Amino acid sequence: MSFLELKGVEKLFGSHRAIKGIDLAVEKGEFVVFVGPSGCGKSTLLRMIAGLTDIDAGALRLDGRDITRLASSKRDLAMVFQSYALYPHMSVADNMSFALRLANVDKAVIRDKVGRAAEILNLTQYLQRTPRELSGGQRQRVAIGRAIVRAPKVFLFDEPLSNLDAALRGQTRVEIAKLHRELGATTIYVTHDQVEAMTLADRVVVLRDGAIEQVGSPLELYDRPANRFVAQFIGTPQMNMIDTAALPALRDAVGAAASTDGFIGVRPENVIVRAAGSGRLAGQVELVESLGADTLIYANVTAQGESGSVQLVARQNERTPLHPGDAVGLDIAPESFHFFDRQGHTVAIQAR
Amino acid sequence: MKHLALVVRTLAAWLVTLLIVFPLIWLVLTSFKSELQAISVPPQLFFTPTLESYVEVNTRSDYLHYASNSLITSLLSTVLGLAIAAPAAYSMAFFRTRRTRDILMWMLSTKMMPAVGALVPVYVVAQTAGLLDSLTALIIVFTLSNLPIMVWMLFSGFKEIPPDILEAARMDGAGIWGEFAHVIRPLAMGTLASTGLLCLVLSWNEAFWALNLSSAKAGTLATLIASYSSPEGLFWAKLSAASLMAIAPIVVLGWFSQKQLVQGLTFGAVK
Repeated sequence: MSFLELKGVEKLFGSHRAIKGIDLAVEKGEFVVFVGPSGCGKSTLLRMIAGLTDIDAGALRLDGRDITRLASSKRDLAMVFQSYALYPHMSVADNMSFALRLANVDKAVIRDKVGRAAEILNLTQYLQRTPRELSGGQRQRVAIGRAIVRAPKVFLFDEPLSNLDAALRGQTRVEIAKLHRELGATTIYVTHDQVEAMTLADRVVVLRDGAIEQVGSPLELYDRPANRFVAQFIGTPQMNMIDTAALPALRDAVGAAASTDGFIGVRPENVIVRAAGSGRLAGQVELVESLGADTLIYANVTAQGESGSVQLVARQNERTPLHPGDAVGLDIAPESFHFFDRQGHTVAIQAR
Repeated sequence: MKHLALVVRTLAAWLVTLLIVFPLIWLVLTSFKSELQAISVPPQLFFTPTLESYVEVNTRSDYLHYASNSLITSLLSTVLGLAIAAPAAYSMAFFRTRRTRDILMWMLSTKMMPAVGALVPVYVVAQTAGLLDSLTALIIVFTLSNLPIMVWMLFSGFKEIPPDILEAARMDGAGIWGEFAHVIRPLAMGTLASTGLLCLVLSWNEAFWALNLSSAKAGTLATLIASYSSPEGLFWAKLSAASLMAIAPIVVLGWFSQKQLVQGLTFGAVK
């Protein structure tokens, strides 16, 4: 039996099924990330695990105990909120020790635990301050400290980094990863940022419209997406998605899979830009984004059908002398193709 | 130009203040006059002050009896009111539904009805229950008439507390009492205090129900004042003395708690 188990968990808002029968098992010590576009139900699902939102159907088990109907205060879970939700009238030390004080833990033990957490999070010199005297990043660390002081069964993070600026976000992400490595605590982390999902997770749960699209390790999702949604959600820039009817030249390149009717997906790093006249496809540069380490080249390829052209994004490490309007040739290695049927499901590639 | 505006504004403020305070000053002056001085025309601004009205009021009626009735009814109705209004405001502020606004409007609308409209039924109920001229009846009626305002005030105060903070407390293991004692109470102290004080003042000053539901036994200071107004004879000095004695405690309380009344505790902590 797994440490945390969700069985057919559902949430109804009126007649709308916001969460549609989620089955998921989380092992002890695992770092699981819920990711998905806004409105996919990831935060709702986390709040249901936390007990802050009622579970309308299904069951939730933690460490062998049914906690489906248990009050939040008795679940022994800690949560880090997007807004930090620190107690404004308490000092940093009191914020961090609140749960322990409620549980009547010995004062010396509390002092010891708070001291140690403060040390880990570089908060020692701020212990006597109130939250409003701290910067956003420091507040976030206090919120994390409040959770680790308790040594709960599961840590829940609800988009904890989205209120921080980009530099601080990256830094705090690294700290959370390090913290998890040191503490080995079971963690469920909600984010809409796929970079956070890819870098932090042992396993990623991709959600859409209240249902799980795919569960897997970050690279599994990247290399073997279960469907078109996951393929395009994971990875920046998005996977190129080409209608087979629009570019028969591509389909023919695959040979045996030529019968496939649907979509071909290609990661931008698998699109190779060549000199005009060479390559399988001919295109025209639309836009060049030079990011330094990476260069993104957006090229339009003439295609059949209504749209008249298909835009492909290529990503390369080398810089480019190309400008918008230049003619180029494009090549794609057939072994990097992903096939999807008209419904968006992944189709296994047949023998070439 | 700016300077002139400031002068005008200051003058206007003083004028309004004077208008409001004048009756009170007149009341204080009158209470130290003799009955004849009190009705003399033109009124005397300079006179030899006398305590005869105060002596008269104290010998004719038992001030302490009425004062203790006022104290008991206003204190208990405040405590009872807070005990009922706080949970009501809590549920409306933190578990809002589509009907929350309607319920609040309905509560407020009961205050728009003239109290006299409910006099006969309330009187009959009190009589049937054998509660006429009892402190119990006054406490219940004072509480009920203050509840809408108390719920409104507490609701607006609680609303300012981010729900995340309460959820954080719940996650930290606080039950509903822990949540209230450790998070809501300290964060909404200003609101709770000003609501309690306002209710105390309203109950203390309440005259309509006190006059209609009580007499000698359960009468409050409001009924004491009223008993000095009479259709014949001279009573202005005595009435003023009684009024001043009636309002003195609440004025003193207001003076000491004005900081609490005005203070709105704001914390910029969430983001």
